[in-house]
Amino acid sequence: MAENLNRRKFLSIATSLTSAVGGIFAVGAFVSTFQPSKKAKALGASIKVSLSKLEPGSIIKVIYRGKPIWVLRRTNQMISELDNENAYLRDPESDLSVQPDFAKNKFRSKNPEFFVVEGVCTHLGCAPIEKFAIAPADMGPDWKGGFYCPCHGSKFDLSGRVYAGVPAPSNLRVPAHTFIDETTLLVGENS
Amino acid sequence: MAKQTESIFTNPILRWIDDRFPLSSLIKDHATEYYASKNFNIWYLFGVLSMVVLIIMLITGFFLTMNYKPSADDAFNSVEYIMRSVENGWLIRYMHSTGASFFFIVIYLHMFRAMLYGSYKKPRELIWVLGMLLYFCLMAEAFFGYLLPWGNMSYWAGQVIVNLFGYIPFVGDTLTEWIRGDYFISDITLNRFFAFHVIFLPLAIIGLVAAHILALHHVGSNNPDGIEIKKNLDETGKPIDGVAFHPFHTSKDLVGITIFLIIYFAAVFFAPEMGGYFLEVDNFEPADPLKTPEHIVPSWYFTPYYAILRAVPNAALGALFLVLAVLLFVFLPWLDKCEVKSIRYRGWQYKFALTLFAISFIALGYLGLQPATGIYVFLARFFTITYFAFFLLMPLYTKFEKTKTVPERVVYKKKES
Repeated sequence: MAENLNRRKFLSIATSLTSAVGGIFAVGAFVSTFQPSKKAKALGASIKVSLSKLEPGSIIKVIYRGKPIWVLRRTNQMISELDNENAYLRDPESDLSVQPDFAKNKFRSKNPEFFVVEGVCTHLGCAPIEKFAIAPADMGPDWKGGFYCPCHGSKFDLSGRVYAGVPAPSNLRVPAHTFIDETTLLVGENS
Repeated sequence: MAKQTESIFTNPILRWIDDRFPLSSLIKDHATEYYASKNFNIWYLFGVLSMVVLIIMLITGFFLTMNYKPSADDAFNSVEYIMRSVENGWLIRYMHSTGASFFFIVIYLHMFRAMLYGSYKKPRELIWVLGMLLYFCLMAEAFFGYLLPWGNMSYWAGQVIVNLFGYIPFVGDTLTEWIRGDYFISDITLNRFFAFHVIFLPLAIIGLVAAHILALHHVGSNNPDGIEIKKNLDETGKPIDGVAFHPFHTSKDLVGITIFLIIYFAAVFFAPEMGGYFLEVDNFEPADPLKTPEHIVPSWYFTPYYAILRAVPNAALGALFLVLAVLLFVFLPWLDKCEVKSIRYRGWQYKFALTLFAISFIALGYLGLQPATGIYVFLARFFTITYFAFFLLMPLYTKFEKTKTVPERVVYKKKES
């Protein structure tokens, strides 16, 4: 009798464990269908951008993985303004922000002239607006040029560095990118 | 052991069914012999009204799927096609979009009723928890449904909400990618949101509604006096203060339903956009991943939580506070230490706290619609604090409440004739 009960207990536990393992694999199959499909991954591969027609002081916007990627060709004046605002920035050295290692500096780029950045506010993913003019009426007399997010009022300088006291927690993200030659940019890969 | 219930039918077909299916006993248990207090007031209408809205949403939703196409290329145009070309398509669609807002109106009033009369207290804690699960499903249902028209506000509101998951440490980015099925909100995302909106959540909601009502009918309905009417039974074992759900409460409910439908259809016919609150202006433009609307606001029924999200200076903490603001409701039965159920016999502490909470909720709802600048930020922070204080200080202020004596029987004034 006791032997029978033990046998029954053993069979119950064995059956439960076997079905649990099967169950986990089955759930795993369903859960995995939610991941980006092979097609989505292929469409999200790196893209080439030609910068040969980009004038100093202007910006081009391309789409990579549904996100706007901006390439700003900074003028010498724009580059020189980058030092003046450090005191008002939340993370001037980009310690807490996302960028490739080579862009962890005040320019947030390898070559100070070309600035590549995701045009996505780090607060909740809105698209900031470029406000390159110095001290325009709507941004106030202290504005040195940069980006402004219309959703919740976050402000960034011309290196995409966030000002203190706005909702965005960190600097604009710099995507993985590399220059194939002087005027050709590859977005999505670092080397 | 099947319960032996005498058939209530004389019709031979119904008797034939009764021998094979518990029809009579179902009708008795849930309608003709389900006793609910005779002193129900207007607050007790919103449960049945949410059932009415649920049915309207299921039927109109079913008809909308016949012409809607859940793909990034076709979604926006198929909604326009429903509005312009399908016979009476505009009516079905406006009933559905207006119904979403009315759903939240009746649910918020239904929840407030429970807070007024202590309907979440023992022995009704599980009814409350099931109700909160229903509320979460309803919020998810509204969120998924809101992306489907693929307008620009749909797109960006979806973007903002999905990105909230990105704040979860370590797994955030993988999780958002998993939710979207892509690196951004795309055709793939739209398609799966559609599946959630039309299959998974409606089924979950129907199941939870059944559980909510079964649990309610097991313990019996509360009443404005917060008295257990089952404690006072007559010689046949029926509660003295109760009357049968059918025909007494049902005929009263019909009046309420009629008045509700008049108001609801007035909105459907004359103000389906409700000045931009039910249908937002930016949503009349197709989704554009590169163009953010000037001013992203969620639908009005989410704005209290949205105001809390923005009130917190740190984005990750803001997301955490948003989740807490919703979740805290679940714990009300255990946060409230007062024995007395109904606000009629409770002390000034709870009356004050509940009033302040109602004001905070409405004020946050208003502030969530305003830009996050200047005085609005200050006010949002103030009301975020009062909102959380209501829940978190509840064990304290309800413990020392000076309550009035609760009567033995429900208070029911006969009309002078």
